[in-house]
Amino acid sequence: MKIRTSEELFQLHNRFKGELENQRKQIVVCAGTGCVASGALDIYEEFKRLIEEKGLSSKAEVVKEVEDVTVKKSGCPGLCEAGPLVRVEPGDILYTKVKVEDCKDIIEETFIKDKTLDRLLFTKEDQVYSSRKTIPFYTNQTRLVLEDCGEIDPESIEEYIAHGGYLALAKALNEMSPKDVCDEVLKANLRGRGGGGFPAGKKWSQVLSYESDMKYVICNGDEGDPGAFMDMCIMEGLPHAVIEGMIIAAYATKAREGYIYVRAEYPLAVKRLTQAIKEAREYGLLGENILGSDLSFDIHINQGAGAFVCGEGSALIASIEGERGMPRVKAKRTVEEGLWKKPTVLNNVETFANVRYIIQRGADWFRTIGTENSPGTKAFSVTGSVNTTGVVEVPMGITLREIIFDICGGIKDGRDFKAIQIGGPSGGCLTAEHLDMPLDFDSLTEVGAMIGSGGMVVMDQDTCIVEVARFFMNFTQNESCGKCVPCREGTKRMLEIMEKIVGGQATMKDLEILEELGHVVTETSLCGLGKTAANPVLSTLKYFRDEYIEHIVDKKCRAGVCEALKTIRIRPELCKGCSKCARICPVDAIEGKLKEPYVINVEKCIKCGACIESCAFQAIEEV
Amino acid sequence: MVVTTTDVMETVDKILEEHGTDQSAIIAILQSIQKVYRYLPEEALTYLAERMDISASKIYGIATFYENFSLEPKGKHIIKICDGTACHIRKSQPILDALRKELSLHEGKNTTDDLLITVEMVSCLGACSLAPVVNVDGVVYAKMTPAKATELVRKLREGSLDEDKN
Amino acid sequence: MGIMIIDNKKVEFTDEKNVLEVVRKAGIDLPTFCYHSELSIYGACRMCIVEDDRGKIFASCAQLPKDGMVIYTQTPKLRKYRKTILELLLANHERDCTSCNITGRCTLRKLAHRFGIDDVRFGELDEKLPIDDSSHSIVRNPNKCIYCGDCVRVCDEVQGLGILSFTHRGSDLRISPAFDKSLSEVECVNCGQCRTACPTGAITVKDDRERFWDALLDKDTRVVAQIAPAVRVALGERFGLEAGTITIGKIVAALKMMGVDEVYDTGFAADITVIEESEEFVERLKSNQDLPLFTSCCPAWVKFAEYRYPELVDNISSCKSPQQMFGAVVKEYYRKKDEEDGKKTVMVSIMPCTAKKAEAAREEFVNNGVRDVDIVITTNELARLIVEMGIVFDELEDQSLDMPFGLASGSGVIFGTTGGVTEAVVMRLLKDKPDHTEKQVIFNEVRGLDNIKEASFNVDGREVRVAIVHGLKNADNLIKMIKAGEKHYDFIEVMACPGGCVSGGGQPAPIDSEIRAKRASGLYRIDRKSFIKSSELNPLVTELFEDFLKDKKEILHVHKNSEVSYGQ
Ligand SMILES: Cc1cc2nc3c(=O)[nH]c(=O)nc-3n(C[C@H](O)[C@H](O)[C@H](O)COP(=O)(O)O)c2cc1C
Ligand code: SF4
Ligand code: SF4
Ligand code: SF4
Ligand code: SF4
Ligand code: SF4
Ligand code: SF4
Ligand code: SF4
Ligand code: SF4
Ligand code: FES
Ligand code: FES
Ligand code: FES
Repeated sequence: MKIRTSEELFQLHNRFKGELENQRKQIVVCAGTGCVASGALDIYEEFKRLIEEKGLSSKAEVVKEVEDVTVKKSGCPGLCEAGPLVRVEPGDILYTKVKVEDCKDIIEETFIKDKTLDRLLFTKEDQVYSSRKTIPFYTNQTRLVLEDCGEIDPESIEEYIAHGGYLALAKALNEMSPKDVCDEVLKANLRGRGGGGFPAGKKWSQVLSYESDMKYVICNGDEGDPGAFMDMCIMEGLPHAVIEGMIIAAYATKAREGYIYVRAEYPLAVKRLTQAIKEAREYGLLGENILGSDLSFDIHINQGAGAFVCGEGSALIASIEGERGMPRVKAKRTVEEGLWKKPTVLNNVETFANVRYIIQRGADWFRTIGTENSPGTKAFSVTGSVNTTGVVEVPMGITLREIIFDICGGIKDGRDFKAIQIGGPSGGCLTAEHLDMPLDFDSLTEVGAMIGSGGMVVMDQDTCIVEVARFFMNFTQNESCGKCVPCREGTKRMLEIMEKIVGGQATMKDLEILEELGHVVTETSLCGLGKTAANPVLSTLKYFRDEYIEHIVDKKCRAGVCEALKTIRIRPELCKGCSKCARICPVDAIEGKLKEPYVINVEKCIKCGACIESCAFQAIEEV
Repeated sequence: MVVTTTDVMETVDKILEEHGTDQSAIIAILQSIQKVYRYLPEEALTYLAERMDISASKIYGIATFYENFSLEPKGKHIIKICDGTACHIRKSQPILDALRKELSLHEGKNTTDDLLITVEMVSCLGACSLAPVVNVDGVVYAKMTPAKATELVRKLREGSLDEDKN
Repeated sequence: MGIMIIDNKKVEFTDEKNVLEVVRKAGIDLPTFCYHSELSIYGACRMCIVEDDRGKIFASCAQLPKDGMVIYTQTPKLRKYRKTILELLLANHERDCTSCNITGRCTLRKLAHRFGIDDVRFGELDEKLPIDDSSHSIVRNPNKCIYCGDCVRVCDEVQGLGILSFTHRGSDLRISPAFDKSLSEVECVNCGQCRTACPTGAITVKDDRERFWDALLDKDTRVVAQIAPAVRVALGERFGLEAGTITIGKIVAALKMMGVDEVYDTGFAADITVIEESEEFVERLKSNQDLPLFTSCCPAWVKFAEYRYPELVDNISSCKSPQQMFGAVVKEYYRKKDEEDGKKTVMVSIMPCTAKKAEAAREEFVNNGVRDVDIVITTNELARLIVEMGIVFDELEDQSLDMPFGLASGSGVIFGTTGGVTEAVVMRLLKDKPDHTEKQVIFNEVRGLDNIKEASFNVDGREVRVAIVHGLKNADNLIKMIKAGEKHYDFIEVMACPGGCVSGGGQPAPIDSEIRAKRASGLYRIDRKSFIKSSELNPLVTELFEDFLKDKKEILHVHKNSEVSYGQ
């Protein structure tokens, strides 16, 4: 069915909205990657089976009159750790860690007897939350882009339209010129969510200003930061929001073709986007003369093949063109000579997903959220040592303390906060002194970190900061495309030194070289990967130099993480002198006299751990 | 799998019918070839070079650039152990060690001799909250431990792993 | 157009394509590894970095000059960073300069010295990769590669072959033929253009100096040398002379000092080629068969055709290249004498070309069990031989070539540059026309360094269309147009190297369009000065045809096997 005019779209919107409101009884099963991994699809099937068995009819499509219970899937509402999640309406009841066996109870109790199942509710510090909206994880967020994520069925364009989808596009087409759209986005000061924070409106205006027979809009869904998955959440949960943003960008810049570049590790995102594009075409929202206007635009999906550097703009373009994904130097910028040397808009998934709100509610409204220089919200994926990990969306300018403690429930097991790595392998490390600093593009850059992709890894006292820096160095070194000398050779040598440090073989001279290399790599590399590769090392060196020195000079890892720096010792007060360990040691590192405490010769010991297990008196420990 | 020339040509021709021979389709084409053979046979790439009018070494360069492509046969089952930040911090390395031990694999040897199982480390699979995670033939298993992973492998070997979660 | 401030000095720029060119124009020699004015900009070595007035550091090769731009080329940071980059390169490099083929001409070594690298702090080359010396012409030592990509771009952008590519990534980055094969297993045509671009010893020319000395020092040999035209206008560069300086007299003198018995001119054989090839062309025009006729003097082109367009092999002239013709003639000429003297003639050719080494080794160039050409020495190898012998090149007294094969017409000499063969053939076809202006017009059309040149003229009422192309990518494009029916020619001259043999793979590097033009003009200068303008006027050639070659003309021709023979 093709929608030919905006008028028709409004009518459909009203119809679908009415139909959706009629679905009073709903079971919404989260079908994001996380919940699917914990078995959500079995649960979905089980609900369908049960309902039919019970003689209740289950209809998932909004277009049809619905009598009883609707079972449907949704995108990820962010609380993946507590998954699989099942939401029951009416009542906004959120069941967590649901098992297939629980489904029957949910139907019987909640639907038939109208009782909530306490054992499945979200619980924190003995407080049981019977409504999703009251959970601190949600009350402290500002969910704008992610508002509908977890709310609606990502595989149904009808639900998206019911929720006001594509109305922004209709508004842009009917009431605004391409230049108006660019100006509005510029005025909103929507800054790129992919890391750089470059104003999207500026890019769009520039692309609009170049005359060309062909222009392109590219959505960067490569999300290679190992530990960030907000963009995945959006692509899986709200594929149409991304598509709508791209169509508006195409209108604003007079582009005719679009590409979404998704990393191959996100098969579900690819599936949902493919489905959404197909539906949008069927409804005439992609293709020729969209909504009866002059705009013709279509979108292709390109799957990555495993290369982090392809998130970098020029490498991504090379990859779409069918080359090795090596960044290119260009005299002209992407906005002038991008894909196939044509003017190209390249924005991040979340950037595009913001656009509909700016167009519909206006730049002035948008600027009421966030800070003066960084308006709007930002999604972060918070992992590591916090009580509630997951995807959160907060206004720019919020503090780390609010995110870590108010939203994510503080540090796990009551341990102490040590540091947070923000922005993934290109970002930096922040410490307790930054907990109350407002988070936005500029303030983070000032302290040597960056929003980057939006990955946050919270670390407590049990995390070795040096090891984490080594991990990131290893990641970037592995992902370097190898084109330019400082990044190819420099990160390799930096990693060698980092390995020496955690292996207890480094000298202070190495530390000096490490830092020197860090600056060379940062300042002379060709692309962003190299330019930021040293950040994790340089920023941890800035705040935790003493821990580096401990590793180097004292050969000690205070978090007890670095294997090579561990030693095995016998606690004399517990040793009975039975000699069992000495007999089991493969390298004869344990010596002693029967009935007297034995000792381990650390020079000889290869830390195989065999003796620890052998001792019946638990006298041997790792320190 | 025995690779014969006519078979390769037919396969490549069929894939090209779908994707066309423009260079921009090369990655998708390689992905399709790999789907068929579970790796990229040299013969297929040589023939592809001819059909697409791209030099064979350029195709080789592309195939060796992207991590997902393999020029050596991979196992029937592919186990990807996530070593993204979240999973790394929650100890994904011991899972790898355990699986390597179980399958007699080591650094540089990722596939069992009987071509049944390939074990690789990958970065973030997008299920960080459930770290550490392991992906077996496209199905994600959450909150893994070395013991759970070993168990999984045993089931894979017996053919008793129920894999239709997705 | 605009003005930049470079190191506090105003510098005007016009159409320079990047900041680097402007800096060089200002007389500052910024170091580079990956920039070649004729290749695409790659921006990987980061040696050309400059700092702007806000302290931002960028690669000058990848930046457009802007009016009012303020940059510095020498700041404390830049100094340190360049040194570190060099040090990083050297750390991962097999640093055995003393036994490295390229030492003395190596850009890496020069820059390491220039920037005073006296310590390499970052570890060693981790894993030694095997050296590929399977080719007759080119040796690849990946342990000396700095991944500047110059070879990759030359082979792809100029030759359209893409034999070498980047493979793998990150610190595993490699340069190699497909599937890590050796050069002899792939369709490399031995042109050596990758060598002329390479700033290190990672790609070198197969060294045949030892074999040359062995022949010289063997009392039972008669060593006969032929010198190709392009050598005489380039060798001088290795001794500090301007490109294009003609040094043929000194070359003869040097070879004689080394003990070469006879020194001849390949231009003489070129004259034979002109006569034979013109005849063949006239025949084909008459029968209207196997047209267009392609020239056969460039072995890299022949090989290219064999690989890519086997169906065109019959269109290639059956004439041997001048090198091989010369070899065949000389070997035949000395056959009796050798028997009498109890000697063995060894034919050594001094060539600008790496592909000639492979050509000489092809199986079809054996006549009665005797190889036409035994040893091929490139211009660069000759320079090293001269130095090795201890000859002071500038002090050499000119000597003249030996007879009977030491005389070449102007036509024979301009074979060394693109268009030369065609000009000689045209000259010959129009030999009966007295009208010089018409010829001159045609020659003006065929001279110069345009990628593809064409001309047409009338022979006995038939319009003859000729095309001249150099660089195999251009040749490939031309053939594609012909196949598509967009172009029609009767005669096509193909030279694999840009500009022809003046920029062959065995010539001194670096080579750019300026050097190329200077060398070519050296050849035209010889032509202008020569008394014998065209091949058929070369009395020695005429004599040879009338006498010695009368019943032996088949030794001038080859029947190429259309089967692809790898590994040559
Ligand atoms: C190594 C590297 C990886 C990147 N990865 C991503 C990515 O995964 N997703 C993304 O949107 N941007 C990524 N970027 C940033 C992009 O280059 C580009 O700036 C961004 O997509 C522009 O969109 P925005 O302005 O909407 O943020 C990466 C940059 C670098 C240097
Ligand atoms: S900085 Fe690293 S990733 Fe970027 S071009 Fe250089 S080598 Fe490649
Ligand atoms: S096994 Fe335990 S108790 Fe016995 S000697 Fe060893 S440490 Fe002591
Ligand atoms: S850890 Fe292993 S090597 Fe060390 S003392 Fe114990 S048994 Fe011996
Ligand atoms: S390539 Fe250059 S630096 Fe390397 S060994 Fe040879 S001469 Fe020395
Ligand atoms: S330059 Fe130095 S290293 Fe080279 S040969 Fe002379 S002394 Fe030895
Ligand atoms: S010799 Fe010529 S064909 Fe061979 S690799 Fe070098 S540039 Fe390419
Ligand atoms: S072989 Fe030479 S030209 Fe090619 S990348 Fe290596 S150093 Fe550069
Ligand atoms: S153009 Fe001349 S130098 Fe170049 S390959 Fe051909 S014959 Fe050799
Ligand atoms: S995937 Fe279900 S809450 Fe994230
Ligand atoms: S880090 Fe393992 S799933 Fe994200
Ligand atoms: S010459 Fe500019 S980066 Fe190599």
